[in-house]
Amino acid sequence: MKIKAPKDFWAGLMFIAFGVGFMIVARNYAMGTAVRMGPAYFPTVLGGILALIGLAIFAKSFATNGPPVPRFVLRPMTLIIVAIVLFGVFLKPLGLIVCAAILIGLGALGGHEFKSKEVAILYAALVVFSVAVFVKGLGLPIPTCPLFLDDTCRRIGIGM
Amino acid sequence: MEGLLPNLALGFGVALTPLNLLYCFGGVLLGTLIGVLPGIGPVATIAMLLPVTFTLPPVSALIMLAGIYYGAQYGGSTTAILVNLPGESASVVTALDGYKMARQGRAGPALGIAAIGSFFAGCVATVVIALFAPPLAEVALKFGPTEYFSLMVLGLIAATVLAHGSLIKAIAMVLLGLLLGLIGTDVNSGVARYSFGISELSDGIGFVTVAMGMFGIAEIVANLDHKEKRAVFVAKIGSLLPSRKELIYCIPSVLRGTVLGSALGILPGGGALLASFAAYTLEKKAAKPPRNFGNGDIRGVAAPESANNAGAQTSFIPLLTLGIPSNPVMALMIGAMMIQGIAPGPQVMTERPQLFWGMIASMWVGNLMLVVLNLPLIGMWIKLLTVPYRMLYPAILLFCCIGVYSVNNTSFDIYMMCIFAVLGYVCVKLECEPAPLILGFILGPMMEENLRRAMLLSRGDPSVFFTKPISAVLLGIALILLLIVMAPSVKKKREEAFLEA
Repeated sequence: MKIKAPKDFWAGLMFIAFGVGFMIVARNYAMGTAVRMGPAYFPTVLGGILALIGLAIFAKSFATNGPPVPRFVLRPMTLIIVAIVLFGVFLKPLGLIVCAAILIGLGALGGHEFKSKEVAILYAALVVFSVAVFVKGLGLPIPTCPLFLDDTCRRIGIGM
Repeated sequence: MEGLLPNLALGFGVALTPLNLLYCFGGVLLGTLIGVLPGIGPVATIAMLLPVTFTLPPVSALIMLAGIYYGAQYGGSTTAILVNLPGESASVVTALDGYKMARQGRAGPALGIAAIGSFFAGCVATVVIALFAPPLAEVALKFGPTEYFSLMVLGLIAATVLAHGSLIKAIAMVLLGLLLGLIGTDVNSGVARYSFGISELSDGIGFVTVAMGMFGIAEIVANLDHKEKRAVFVAKIGSLLPSRKELIYCIPSVLRGTVLGSALGILPGGGALLASFAAYTLEKKAAKPPRNFGNGDIRGVAAPESANNAGAQTSFIPLLTLGIPSNPVMALMIGAMMIQGIAPGPQVMTERPQLFWGMIASMWVGNLMLVVLNLPLIGMWIKLLTVPYRMLYPAILLFCCIGVYSVNNTSFDIYMMCIFAVLGYVCVKLECEPAPLILGFILGPMMEENLRRAMLLSRGDPSVFFTKPISAVLLGIALILLLIVMAPSVKKKREEAFLEA
């Protein structure tokens, strides 16, 4: 058997995995009856249908031709995900001003061109905009400053 | 019908208050901006702004978000005509003839007719909503859980049939969306499903989180796969007004586009994207003489631009009357309504007439603003086009992170967004459209709830879905739609229609 449509092959596998996965986890919950459906009823049915459809897509990939899966470009993906996760981890202790630098710096590294001066200007503009609009203007409760500098920040009027 | 004028008067009373005018203006301006800029669309923008709308009064929030959607249709055409890139996916077909016109030195008239056509279509669509929404809502008020369940099945099927790409994969994405929507505490039994002991998951995954991950971040990553190449064609734009001859030449096209767009917008699964594709295809068949399409025929700009604007607006009808989203933007509008504590559905019109009619009236006001704004400001939008993507995407990244964090003030949502970004990227690579997943995600809990109630009422007899007349008709239409699309000849046509662009 030769895989003729790699995109369908992998998509089919993905859907089977999700469908079966949802069904297996649903075994922990009560099934109930058709009259009084338990928490497992609907997800089990849906998961089953999803797995069947996944199987159909999977089977089709051996029958009809399709384009190959385009290459996964890992660099931008990895850098951007790492940047976002770091932003999430450090937002509470270090605040937006520091975290935005991490996010924008790493994020910009994921692009094709990195001009440090340009990134610095972009960062400065975005931080000023975000603090002015989101924190000051709309009052979203986002930590702006590192915890240990809180008092100083509040004194100069950019704290929460 | 007799209530139409007082209703519209009520609506304009709401829409013309200074505060709402301001938010309408903000919405259409922002919409035009993101419409002009390739690489960011209305879905990501509205998702980013959802948390912000917390602080606004409901009417103002919805007026602004709606403005972003139809404003983006205006902005998208500018980019399509001048850069041969769709600033917004609905303007893909506009680029075909619009860019050719620009190369021939007729960028001005192309931009002009796009604006005029859009304005005309916007006015008509406003009236269409005002006329059709009330009777539809009245019908919907009679719906029980059985009918609602069948309606959602129809809506989801229609959304996959009318989406482009593989039908079977779209259905799989809907199912995956439905399943992901079930994560969280089950309202009937109180069991925290699929939470794996993580307390944040027992509240379910935030809708904004999914939308931003799959449409915001995943799109950035996909865009960074390729080096950007963008050549702005900044030749003389010249007079923006088409000549009188061209205008008369375009009248039938604008009319055809408006009618088709309004009709397709109402359908579940419809909206601006479908409307513009269909209008261009129809125009090539219907326009006489047909000669010039693809080589700078002004009718090839007029028809799809009218259609996408009409479709963008009439797609609010299923949302406002049935509470069912027809495309991802409408799904986000449901999210916005829920944030404000409004349950979307037919009762919105009777219980909150000022919200309903205010929003409709604001669409007309917003369209007027767009014409007045955009024609003189065109120079500014062109300047914006020269901003490279590398300056743009870090801003999107930051706004997505801030937005997703501020929904619940927890970093957990930021991590979830990353997971959906990866899923979205994989889906792009495997040619699975993310839009059906979002629709499924928002409808998942509602579908389960209605299915449960329907089965409880029928004492577990599933045949009730086929014996109740309205439900049977809805399911019948869904089945017919599926069969039609799977018929080999139609299947080929459908693929061609989407490929032509």
